[in-house]
Amino acid sequence: MATVTIIEAVNQALAEELRRDPNVFIMGEDVGKRGGVFRATQNFIEEFGAQRIIDMPLAESSIAGIAMGAAMYGLRPIAEIQFADFIWPAMNQIVGEAARVRYGTDGKLGVPMVVRSPYGGQVRGGLFHSQSVEAYFVHTPGLKVVAPSTPYDVKGLLKAAVRDDDPVIFLEHKRTYRSVRGEVPDEDYTLPIGVADVKREGTDLTIVTYGLTVHYSLQAAETLAGEGASVEVVDLRTLKPLDMEAVLASVKKTSRALIVHEDNLSFGVGAEVSARIMEGAFADLDAPVMRCTGPDVPAMPFAPTLEAAFMPTADKIATSARTLLEY
Amino acid sequence: MTQAFTSGGTLDFPQGLNSESLLDIYATMVLVRTLDERVWMLNRQGKAAIVASAQGHEAAQLGSVWALKDHTLDYFCFTYYRNLAVHLAQGLSPTEIMAGFLAKVGEPLSSARQFPLHGADRSRKIINLSNVVGTHVPHAVGWALAAKMRGEPTVVAAYFGDGATSQGDIHESMNFAAIHKLPVLFLIENNHYAISVPQSSQMAVDNVADRASAYGMPGVTVDGTNVLAVYEATAEAAKRAIAGEGPTLVEYDVERYLPHTSDDDDSTYRTKEQLEEGRKRDPLLKLQRLLTQEGLLTEERDAEYRAIAKREIDAATDASEAAPYPGTDNFFEHVYANESGS
Repeated sequence: MATVTIIEAVNQALAEELRRDPNVFIMGEDVGKRGGVFRATQNFIEEFGAQRIIDMPLAESSIAGIAMGAAMYGLRPIAEIQFADFIWPAMNQIVGEAARVRYGTDGKLGVPMVVRSPYGGQVRGGLFHSQSVEAYFVHTPGLKVVAPSTPYDVKGLLKAAVRDDDPVIFLEHKRTYRSVRGEVPDEDYTLPIGVADVKREGTDLTIVTYGLTVHYSLQAAETLAGEGASVEVVDLRTLKPLDMEAVLASVKKTSRALIVHEDNLSFGVGAEVSARIMEGAFADLDAPVMRCTGPDVPAMPFAPTLEAAFMPTADKIATSARTLLEY
Repeated sequence: MTQAFTSGGTLDFPQGLNSESLLDIYATMVLVRTLDERVWMLNRQGKAAIVASAQGHEAAQLGSVWALKDHTLDYFCFTYYRNLAVHLAQGLSPTEIMAGFLAKVGEPLSSARQFPLHGADRSRKIINLSNVVGTHVPHAVGWALAAKMRGEPTVVAAYFGDGATSQGDIHESMNFAAIHKLPVLFLIENNHYAISVPQSSQMAVDNVADRASAYGMPGVTVDGTNVLAVYEATAEAAKRAIAGEGPTLVEYDVERYLPHTSDDDDSTYRTKEQLEEGRKRDPLLKLQRLLTQEGLLTEERDAEYRAIAKREIDAATDASEAAPYPGTDNFFEHVYANESGS
């Protein structure tokens, strides 16, 4: 077991998959000599060559579209969209095209492609380097969406995504890249897509979350433990397909659910998880399902005060949890 | 404009083409036209929900496919909604195509989940995924990139219309293919209309091919109603691709005889005189005239081709009308490779 950062886990997962399968290749902006703006592909061009580590023109639609064509041919492209905020030009290729290939050909073709992208804020990224984009993709049948929070989960799920036969949107929270460290096994391993993980066990309240806010939720749970409340933290890890079995098992135990995400409040993952808790555990609830999320403004603003106002911090999560515990 | 045959009646065949294959093209063109007219009629009878006619485009589509067959060891077609002739030439039977127009069991590309002619058939080298114009062109480029990475020589034909050339995906695709010298043929059927919008409102250049030099690749405009000119230009582009010299833009100047689709009314934006002028370039009549002049086609043989075509299309119509609509048993299948839930 070695202790690594999340960006190191990404780098290891990619390198190991490139070594394992000659069909795997990477395309994206600055992925070659520069090794990626976050260093996810550091030293790759030296080891794997420019044929497999392709520096792309600054044109996201064709990064996704060309990757998709190569995937249909039988290769396993990993397309990097440099910041999730830049994924919108590729939206048509991902949501409009890639997601519909298998259904639209009645199973004759598939798109085994991974689209990796750093997302999320609290990095002084302003409106166009802080966005959370997951809600746009989880709405789309045909896509899988993964958003892990620890080096172990990132590495195991990224390797699983590369080996998956369908298009996977793999979201890496950029604030966690260097701030979150953790142990990863030395040997090859994958984690199943679509399986949540209980990051902390508890009996009084369930927090359902993913990404950076997993860590803030764990901090909040620690604070609340000092106040005598036992909080369970469920890390979804995969947003689509959603592991409702794990969520419902936890909610049935605690009878209270708080959904936490950095993405905007409305029409997002929280709304869907909430609806499914109502459908699956209504009789077990002692309080309404609550959400503690980013607000409905277009994205996290630049100034530190405004950034802080946007972010669901440990304090805000704890406050929401107290309200729910007292209900 | 490429002049593929000399005047004066002595046919100067482009290399690879002979009188026998030219007659094959003609017979196929007769079949395509007969099928096209029939599905339009079935639309008017309320039996075919949507038709995008290929009438006027047949020489561009058949001449290019024949060039690919004759001049490559392997090729693949990324097609669009007006490529009825390409699909037929690629081996889809009239019955299979008709099943698509009537959305019946037996449709081979998408099992009638999609519009006619949409879906995929790898064995017959066709992918036509989407109605969103131009979106398939990056896929064609990715396909060519993958083949090159695998060391599997192929030539990828990306078919699209003049309307699609306004899309950013086309620019991005041409740029990338040229940078990496990929074996892609950008085959543009320019019928000078994007539904109702004339070419003059789509672009400031006279020919789409004028743009090719900006990507560092050759571009050529040929009379797309002249099958010999189409064949020659496409074969030339294929040879460049095979030689590793990269992509070529080939623009076929064609006419669209019918409205954009069966849901369109082109009398709102085109005059009868314009249409009549266009009819003078009918690729089917042109080829018929040429073959007759050359003594390759007799009236009897022509009548025989037409009779065979009618019989085939009648049979295809009967079979498809009798076929059932798809059942809903597999409605939820193939959203994912393994049924993963949502």
